[in-house]
Amino acid sequence: MSKLRVGMAQIDARLGDLEANVRAHRQLLAQARGEGVDLLVFPELGLTGYMLQDLNAEVAMRADDPRLLDLAEAAGPDLSMVVGFVEESADHRLYVAAALLEEGRVAHVVRKAYLPSYGLFDERRFFGGGEVLRAVDSRLGLRMGISICEDFWHLGVPLLHAFDGAHVLVNISSSPGRDVAAAVEGGLGTAESWRPLLRTYAMLTGSYVVFVNRVGVEESVTFWGGSEVVDPGGQSAYRAPLHDEGLFVVEIDTDEVRRQRVATPLMRDERPELLLRQLERVIRSGGGLPDDTWPGG
Amino acid sequence: MTPGPVADDSQTAAPSPRGVPWELPEELLIDTSMARRIIVRFIRSHMDQTGFDRAVLGLSGGIDSALVAYLAAEAIGPANLLCLLMPYRTSSPASRVDAEAVVAELGCAAKVIEITPLVDGYFDRALASSDKPSHLRLGNFAARARMAVLFDHSAAWNGLVLGTSNKTESLLGYTTIFGDNAAALQPIGDLFKSQVRQLSVAVGVPDAILRKAPTADLWAGQTDEQEVGLSYAEIDRILHWLVDRRRGRDGLRAMGFEPANIVRVERLIAGSEFKRQMAPVAKLSLRTPGVDYLYPRRRPGPSG
Repeated sequence: MSKLRVGMAQIDARLGDLEANVRAHRQLLAQARGEGVDLLVFPELGLTGYMLQDLNAEVAMRADDPRLLDLAEAAGPDLSMVVGFVEESADHRLYVAAALLEEGRVAHVVRKAYLPSYGLFDERRFFGGGEVLRAVDSRLGLRMGISICEDFWHLGVPLLHAFDGAHVLVNISSSPGRDVAAAVEGGLGTAESWRPLLRTYAMLTGSYVVFVNRVGVEESVTFWGGSEVVDPGGQSAYRAPLHDEGLFVVEIDTDEVRRQRVATPLMRDERPELLLRQLERVIRSGGGLPDDTWPGG
Repeated sequence: MTPGPVADDSQTAAPSPRGVPWELPEELLIDTSMARRIIVRFIRSHMDQTGFDRAVLGLSGGIDSALVAYLAAEAIGPANLLCLLMPYRTSSPASRVDAEAVVAELGCAAKVIEITPLVDGYFDRALASSDKPSHLRLGNFAARARMAVLFDHSAAWNGLVLGTSNKTESLLGYTTIFGDNAAALQPIGDLFKSQVRQLSVAVGVPDAILRKAPTADLWAGQTDEQEVGLSYAEIDRILHWLVDRRRGRDGLRAMGFEPANIVRVERLIAGSEFKRQMAPVAKLSLRTPGVDYLYPRRRPGPSG
């Protein structure tokens, strides 16, 4: 049995106030260390707040920013941490990013690939989209597919992470709640719409899914929390309450990944080359789009 | 928090909680405990972010402001809530009685400020002695007089002004710009009138307020539904399918809505777009507030 204690840092963030958010991260980190957490996951843009608009450049950090390094240092040798921030690249593009901090350094940076710009979202105006999808190795002995909120609404992301060897799919989010309809179980449409995604990805990839969503209010919207860990069989291992701030810890057995994959070897039977060939064919033939939207097809 | 009787009964069409005389269309039913929780936290969070402990609102005796008062009292405690009763000489005495019942029930701070001298004082000077202001001018001026009194108390009481506008009146433009729609926060601005009613039942707004016909209370016998010519249930259903569900005119026709009613509602929405937005700034410079200078309304300034 390989036990792993996962901490879901379901926090609020102070919009545009990096220093205050760094302090809040440190506080929670100390609490998590006290509770023996091995992997501590913070939400999307937890270090900056979400509705940044033109504050995006003011809170941006390079991946080697001392504030990130200090956090990595504070995590110590026994704790891995995922944090959300605005990354500025060497050529001054701004990205919604996640950093895996462990062993006193910024081990990996992941840039959000899919930026929602519809409905209440306007991310493409303020950020560039990440160009890389890959799983990354962690000192925990696990390979992690780290994605950011909307990335999980695109099937290719968990699939690619699974192809790339991920055992754990980590998604960090700032999901604004909407659709408070009586007909929706639990009363919040957004929360209910996420649940089947988490469960399905866990089952189809034979991976743990760790979903950490923030809480709090920014402008008009309320982030709904409800962070969750789903095991590779698709069962919820822990579900944090909606809207309440806190550190929620669950112990998981990473051997469960092996058991699930031996019993139901779906990823073994995946055929990436078949997919790639057919994807190329579909793209060459116009991607199923009408002629007028695919002039090169 | 417990859901109200309506939420428990969500599958029945047109439920009528406690025998109140209006219809709650099924497609509009909300989860009242979730809505209540989100609004209460919304109020509390904005107070925290702005550094205010206290709030002030205009309590008319109607359902919208009563609901906001209940939610605000829950969010910040009744002692931190100041309700201003601002009757005009033609306001119904029943409105004041109902507003006072809310104050008594909540145990919040309250004050009565007659706006008659403000309004009549102005029109006495603005008009020839034989003239009377139109309903439109009187209604708008009264709404803006109340706004001025509210914002004066925002300073005097050191409290944020809570708006009491609902989504129905906002979309129809049944509101006075810079008058009753002026506020620091709009806690119930995304609830249709039918949903305001449903949530009001759940939080325990007094029965007398639930039962009476909504009115701007400018003259005796005036009601909203009479003025618009449609029931709130009908308006809200049209708005829901048109705005929230993007069904379009043809879609609504196919659902059986009266074509004339659809067009009437669409026209009211389009004609009042300006009331829901900031005034356009003439673009001249490299960076213009509201155009390409975009910041969240609460943000940290330089420290130290």
